Amino acid sequence: MTAPAPGPTTTTFRQAYREALRDALRRDELAFLMGEDVGMYGGCFGVSTGLLEEFGPERVRDTPLSEAGFVGAGIGAALNGMHPIVEVMTVNFSLLALDQIMNNAASMLHMSGGQFNVPLVIRMTTGAGRQLAAQHSHSLEGWFGHIPGIRVLAPGTLEDARGMLWTALQDPDPVLIFENGRLYGTEGELAPDAGPVEIDHAAVRRAGTDLTLITYGGSLPRALEAAELLLADGISAEVVDLRTLRPLDTTTILASVSRTHRAVVVDEAWRTGSLSAEVSARIMEGAFYELDAPVARVCGAEVPIPYAQHLEQAALPQPEDIALAARELVQDHG
Amino acid sequence: MNSDIGEDKVPLLQLLTPEGARVTGRGNSAYRKRIAGLKPEQLRGMYRDMVLTRRFDDEATSLQRQGELGLYAPSRGQEAAQVGNAYALAPQDFVFPSYREHGVLQVRGVDPVDRLEFYRGTDHGGWNPLEYNAQVYTVVIGSQALHAAGYAMGVQRDGLVGTGDPAKDTAVVTYFGDGATSQGDVNEGLVFAAVNQAPVVFFCQNNQWAISEPTTRQTRTPLYKRGEGFGIPSLRVDGNDVLACYAATQEALERARSGGGPTFIEAFTYRMGAHTTSDDPTRYRTTEQEEIWRKRDPIDRLRILLENEGAIDGDFEAELRAEADALGERLRERTRKLEPATKTQMFETVYATEHSIVSEDRAWFEAYEAGEPTDATYATSAPAGAASQTAVAQQGGTR
Repeated sequence: MTAPAPGPTTTTFRQAYREALRDALRRDELAFLMGEDVGMYGGCFGVSTGLLEEFGPERVRDTPLSEAGFVGAGIGAALNGMHPIVEVMTVNFSLLALDQIMNNAASMLHMSGGQFNVPLVIRMTTGAGRQLAAQHSHSLEGWFGHIPGIRVLAPGTLEDARGMLWTALQDPDPVLIFENGRLYGTEGELAPDAGPVEIDHAAVRRAGTDLTLITYGGSLPRALEAAELLLADGISAEVVDLRTLRPLDTTTILASVSRTHRAVVVDEAWRTGSLSAEVSARIMEGAFYELDAPVARVCGAEVPIPYAQHLEQAALPQPEDIALAARELVQDHG
Repeated sequence: MNSDIGEDKVPLLQLLTPEGARVTGRGNSAYRKRIAGLKPEQLRGMYRDMVLTRRFDDEATSLQRQGELGLYAPSRGQEAAQVGNAYALAPQDFVFPSYREHGVLQVRGVDPVDRLEFYRGTDHGGWNPLEYNAQVYTVVIGSQALHAAGYAMGVQRDGLVGTGDPAKDTAVVTYFGDGATSQGDVNEGLVFAAVNQAPVVFFCQNNQWAISEPTTRQTRTPLYKRGEGFGIPSLRVDGNDVLACYAATQEALERARSGGGPTFIEAFTYRMGAHTTSDDPTRYRTTEQEEIWRKRDPIDRLRILLENEGAIDGDFEAELRAEADALGERLRERTRKLEPATKTQMFETVYATEHSIVSEDRAWFEAYEAGEPTDATYATSAPAGAASQTAVAQQGGTR
């Protein structure tokens, strides 16, 4: 007689990310974590709490306050065969390291004639909603999705928060993981044996027939909430979680839109010149004759993210906004 | 951790001991001369501004705890560095603060309530920088060092350096911490100021902590030596000694205004409070260390000096306490009355002039808020020509 498999446990995104780091540091002696306040402090958002005590200062390294410094050093360590996991406190700070990320990490393989790949993982917090104002709160993952040479991931579920890091570490090229800060404290159920997940495909998180909500990361829970609101109106919404922002899984997107014939792209990043524009263009290119309505978008207001709480919330896509856009799409183009 | 950056091994300009006694030994005579002329009312003024800065700090911290401010960055422990520095400024000098320079802004005369507008989120600006020659708070770590270098290069182009006219010659001061010295912006600011001999004073408050990281995570050499490496005259002062901070800044400002170029001052001090109200220092430092620095409190030592020299008495102390209480009351009352910004305010400061994308967003938002029909596809369902006409109409405020 075998013992029943343990049931799922309640956990948070923060704990799932931490478990992923712990797992990586245990399994791969070449892996190490570095960044500002990641050691003694356990990370500014508490993701690496306890890891310094468990793995020591060689593998959990507090660095000087220089984003260009620790990202650049991460590239150097990766070139030397290490598997660095670099934490950038927020995506806004990553701009200080953009030269290292784009002109160096993303270009190194190309510029060395294929000799030097860069097995580097860069994690950073993205997104608004925590009253951290316009220099700590933006959603710039779409910008990084523009850059050839890197892979861009955006976990929106606990399984992905737990599972994407290890797979990213196996990638011979630089991988950026965007952790939405609003989700860190979000609780949910996670199987005790949750482990690495694939990072090539989008996922249908909810099946539906009337339209597709396409989103990722911090907007995924809001899109799922919107789908519930829509159900009350008799509208059946499918929800596609992009998961990997570069390369986009166009096949999954087009397959869903071909079933529902309507699409709303939801992204808290700005609309103009954005990832949402890219998704919309791909639907137009690949499923134009399947569409019963123009692709709609619900995005963050095109302003620097406000600090005042009520303004910040007003600037972000809320479930009601998403449901409204979806309703209009169905009603106007029934 | 072994390190040569600590206080015991590095020369330190100190004119007032932690016990409140003037330093009379040899070696500091040039700086002692600079404070010899400070009259009792000037010393009382410094003391008053330090006390009021701390009261502002305590009140703001409490207001944040009560949910009246989103965040606050306390300056407790750094009052002497900031007030001493700011007392040496001439009215025409321009300062570029970080987010912690409440003492500098106190001396510059910026209304304390205006300063809290920033932290409450009612107004990012809070005050007019040109009225006080004080830039608004800079949140990005170290960026202001470059802004200061550029502003100082502008001062040079304006011919406001080395004229010999004390009402005209102008200097710039920028403030940053030990953590910021690792950022490229600060190092690049030092390069630009040095090669241009720009009239800027780099005032580094080494408060020992960059959130959870001690200064040993940023440097293996005393920070003032960084300045020397750029060819900039540099020194370390006791940052809890208001007289030393005043004297060193005065010397640096004279150098800058006369055309002698930049100076780097490392004010060796301690962040007695948290990094911000989001931080919990008990996670990374000991109460023993905090206790050592509590005994070096910058306000206590000036008070002892003033008492011993008969510059203040019980009446003065009582009046100052009453003034601080009144400040606290005014801060609490007026801060709570600061009206939240209207929801459309976020659209007003994106561009200096009308902008089509913002206008579109705003029109959608206003319709949504009013419960009117919105068009999720942003007029794309209308013919292209009609869409552009819609955009024009939206700019006129109609829909």
